[in-house]
Amino acid sequence: MEPLSNRKKVLEQKPMNFWERLYLPAIFQGMGITFRHMFKKKETVFYPEVEREFSENWRGMHSLKRDEQGRERCTACGLCALSCPAEAITMIAAERQKGEEQLYREEKYAAVYEINMLRCIFCGLCEEACPKEAIYLDGPIVPADYLRKDFIYGKDKLVEEPMKVQQD
Amino acid sequence: MELAFIIEKFALILVIFLISLTVAAYSTLAERKIAGFLQDRVGPNRAGPGGMFQPLADGLKMFFKEEIIPTDSSKALFILGPSLALFTSFLGSAVIPWGQDIEIAGRQVSLQITDINVGMLYIFGVVSLGVYGIMIGGWASNNKFSLMGAVRAASQSISYEIPMGLSIIALLMATNTLSMKEIAEQQHGINWNFFYQPLGFIIFLVCSFAETNRTPFDLPECETELVGGYHTEYSGFKMGAYMFSEYLNMFLASAVMSTLYFGAYNYPGMDWVNDLTGPVIGPLIGMAVLMLKIFAFIFLFMWVRWTVPRFRYDQLMNLGWKILIPLAIANIVITGIVITIFDKL
Repeated sequence: MEPLSNRKKVLEQKPMNFWERLYLPAIFQGMGITFRHMFKKKETVFYPEVEREFSENWRGMHSLKRDEQGRERCTACGLCALSCPAEAITMIAAERQKGEEQLYREEKYAAVYEINMLRCIFCGLCEEACPKEAIYLDGPIVPADYLRKDFIYGKDKLVEEPMKVQQD
Repeated sequence: MELAFIIEKFALILVIFLISLTVAAYSTLAERKIAGFLQDRVGPNRAGPGGMFQPLADGLKMFFKEEIIPTDSSKALFILGPSLALFTSFLGSAVIPWGQDIEIAGRQVSLQITDINVGMLYIFGVVSLGVYGIMIGGWASNNKFSLMGAVRAASQSISYEIPMGLSIIALLMATNTLSMKEIAEQQHGINWNFFYQPLGFIIFLVCSFAETNRTPFDLPECETELVGGYHTEYSGFKMGAYMFSEYLNMFLASAVMSTLYFGAYNYPGMDWVNDLTGPVIGPLIGMAVLMLKIFAFIFLFMWVRWTVPRFRYDQLMNLGWKILIPLAIANIVITGIVITIFDKL
């Protein structure tokens, strides 16, 4: 059969000669290589102090967005929870009362919105499912913690700061 | 036996004990740091400035871990194994001459715990005993992997003691003594045995790697095929004792190699320095030089560990029996011929 590429190399297995059987020359060669690596630039990123640059489509912690007037966009339709393959999202919907128009954009809003960060696989399907552009995975890395209950993030951690919207 | 003599020896033993402990503890940090540097990483750096307190943290962790003794193991032997390993690795440093005689309050104090006239044989005996710790621990675990590791350790140790002993015979022919102190004294200045016995040194070095169970000869604890080797069933402080004894053995092997081949506490221009600094500071500088040599050897151990992969078992045996032993015998023959010719001249 015709070879697809010319990269195929036939290696001959020769019996080792005396110096090769001593292993020492090869070991010295290897030690030279490792010694040179001692003075190379270290690849380590000192994570909590320094963060690696994230790519454009990096998916991190979720944030619940507000609109231009600082109102929560989420209308508690539950599509994100439905789309979530890990079943990490739960919510309880509530009706907007009179006088809360500056807080919530639609007549219905999420009174409780919880994401279990231990279940979340950061696939981004919630962000795709959301019809109101209310949830985005644009946050930082979800930090480590000691207790399982501390990984269930409520609205206090998820909803965007109102200040941030005004600055934009 | 005067009181001053006892106090002086006791103090010396204590100091050397503490030095060995510190060096072994910080070897664990050095190992991880050097591993990091050789792999373009930085190694542990969180505990204290630059990771200085990492050995303390590791030690604490070892102490507080749960110690599990398998129900089917023989308990007494299970505990004896790591104890013996740790015990024997402390013994060897008794005959190492750490420096020239030092003058304290008008007394000549020897910086060697005891100068027995068969010091070299003593070290051999102690090093061979070290394998019993591994053997007993592996046997007592009642685990096939541990037993395999223990058997490997034993056969490896026996195979590599032969070329080691043969390389020492050549050194013995050159120095005419077995006393560590006399060997150290003969290498005054730069008159180091390495220049007379380069081949013997290389054989001794390779055998030291095998005797201390360091990579490329760490088959007793080969993770890829034996889970954890002889210490598979060990946890907590007993595991720590095994690890610690490995680093102590490395320290001892480095000290022996520095003493036998690299001039112990001798360095070029030492007479001039001794005249300049007097009978107290001078020997201490010599001791520092010996420590430097030891650290260089420990670095070599680690450098090789993070360069060379593990040998296969048949390669290990081939190297020991078919290469090193013939080389060591050839070394004896060459040494004998050279000495005879020089005597006739």
